Amino acid sequence: MTAYLDNNATTACAPEVVSALLPFFSEQFGNPSSMHEFGSKVEGAIRNARSEVQQLLGAALDSEIIFTSCASESNNTAIHSALKVQAGRKEIITSAVEHPAVLSLCKYLAEHEGYTLHILPVDGRGRLNLAHYESLLSERTALVSIMWANNETGTLFPVLKMAEMAKGVGAIFHTDAVQAAGKVPINLKDSAIDMLSLSGHKLHAPKGIGVLYLRRGLRYRPLLRGGHQERGRRAGTENVTGIVGLGEAARLAREHMNEEWTTVKRLRDRLEVGVLLQTPYAFVTGDPDNRLPNTANIAFEYIEGEAILLHLNHAGIAASSGSACTSGSLEPSHVMRAMGIPYTAAHGTVRFSLSRYTTEAEIDHVIATVPKIIANLRKLSPYWGESGPAQKAFQPEYA
Amino acid sequence: MWDYTDTVKDHFFNPRNAGELKDANATGEVGSISCGDALRLSLKVDPETEQILEATFQTFGCGSAIASSSALTEIIKGKTLDEALAVSNQEIADFLGGLPPEKMHCSVMGQEALQAAVANYRGETFCDGHEEGDLVCKCFAIDSVLIENVVRANKLTTIEEVTNYTKAGGACASCHEKIEHLIAKVLGQVAAEVAPEPAPAPAASAHIARPKPGGKLARMKKIEAVIAEVRPILQQDRGDIELVDVDDVIVFVKLLGGCVGCHMEKMTLAGIEQKLQAALGEPVQVVPVSDWD
Repeated sequence: MTAYLDNNATTACAPEVVSALLPFFSEQFGNPSSMHEFGSKVEGAIRNARSEVQQLLGAALDSEIIFTSCASESNNTAIHSALKVQAGRKEIITSAVEHPAVLSLCKYLAEHEGYTLHILPVDGRGRLNLAHYESLLSERTALVSIMWANNETGTLFPVLKMAEMAKGVGAIFHTDAVQAAGKVPINLKDSAIDMLSLSGHKLHAPKGIGVLYLRRGLRYRPLLRGGHQERGRRAGTENVTGIVGLGEAARLAREHMNEEWTTVKRLRDRLEVGVLLQTPYAFVTGDPDNRLPNTANIAFEYIEGEAILLHLNHAGIAASSGSACTSGSLEPSHVMRAMGIPYTAAHGTVRFSLSRYTTEAEIDHVIATVPKIIANLRKLSPYWGESGPAQKAFQPEYA
Repeated sequence: MWDYTDTVKDHFFNPRNAGELKDANATGEVGSISCGDALRLSLKVDPETEQILEATFQTFGCGSAIASSSALTEIIKGKTLDEALAVSNQEIADFLGGLPPEKMHCSVMGQEALQAAVANYRGETFCDGHEEGDLVCKCFAIDSVLIENVVRANKLTTIEEVTNYTKAGGACASCHEKIEHLIAKVLGQVAAEVAPEPAPAPAASAHIARPKPGGKLARMKKIEAVIAEVRPILQQDRGDIELVDVDDVIVFVKLLGGCVGCHMEKMTLAGIEQKLQAALGEPVQVVPVSDWD
């Protein structure tokens, strides 16, 4: 029995997506820019795909959709552009729990290019404080970049409200919607969001395709200059198979959006309850009231995440962890640290992320397997006693 | 996914000697939950012979931390305390068929727990030096004594290696300069132990000087012997040669008397070069120096 529950890392391509894109490897190989039949057919396919993405995002115009190579490129393009078109404004606001694609870049800009960076903290549930946010907004703010949903905990942020507030001071608002797109209804034309990034492979399209939404009329500077592709806003021959695949994936996502909040959410909730009922000293991280329907991030106290993942992998279950050891870094994830999750638990966080392909049987397998793994690892842990934390404190001679 | 050996996986999935040891008479505890790994080693030691009769572990940590702890208990069982103290972190890693470089600190943790347990048995305070040593890495509470010992024992030369072996410097990076100083200090000490004269300042990529079989002196004597052998031949033609200096693979000589300006000079030098290479078993180059050089 295998259970792939790491869909926030990447998803399987939908079978419909694979069938849709395959012809573009063979008979439909033309360059969409070419002035002949080979090219124009492909150009038509790209137009359809752009329209599908436009509908998924509720954008006013299909010309607001720019295809990129990935969400990291979209984020980099958006942030650099927003700063270049507002030379007089030197401040950036972002959150402590952003993906490195945003956070590392913002920190770089602060360290090397003289921007002032405000990093909004989160509370223990991963929530932002809007009063704090408001106090940071000013005429000096060039850009606000806040993710729509957090990849580790699934916590949703009030980006619609935050975009309105940014508009109030004339700042550009960008959101990294990589985890939200396809799971959360998005209607950009009625929002104040200026730019949005998404990634194909998180919603059953292939890897190597991303989107930058750029509100019409927003001043813009491309990151990649060269040919006239994407109306001169992103040079480079189109990744046709990726674009066609993403178009089909966007269509499927709209069609199945309700399932995320019914079937997927029910399975996720069952997984959480099933595991927690059998496992003491474990808790769900993130905002319980505002979360993606597919994400369950569970902290298991007194044991370490990589050890859990190795056992899960052995049992055919694919998940991920915020533990230090899994990343090659030596500290638990920046999201867990930003939320102030105690070290007793931060090293033992495991993220299960479902998709609409997750089955009842897979969740049964997880519920039957995980509590045993946790109990066995706790038996090895010096911090664990008979049925709870060790009575005799673990006291190393030095730490 | 880490590339763990089958032995690591075996010791992780089937840990040997896990759990508490009820009648332990020595325990060593190292690490902490904030650092992400911790190990309690429990020993039952025969008071007569100081032999380790039983060893068990309790570990909070990743796959390689658990496997290293399991391996440690297997290695030291049956050894006397003194024999066990001679076990290095590299032996723990080797027992497991190797660890990924980033995970070498797991083997160091095993070795430290062992030292702590032996100190506990003997009623000593574990590693006085740890308290005296300066705290270098504040994130993981690693002091200079541990870093110096690990650098010395494993011949580490870069900050990255020190982080892999001890975790020091793996978080905020503010101690990297201090770690560099410690590496340079240890490398300087090692070089001084090998060569009595002051060693050249170690470059960033400096290798630790080690005595070679035969050594520099023996090599020099062989070179002198070759020169002495050819001198009578040159003297027959009213010439002579003098050894000036040896710089690694370059042998500097000075041609004298009839050899100066002789049209056979190049042949002479090539002949000496051949003799030297035969005697030393390695390629060398003979370079003539003149008075005006």
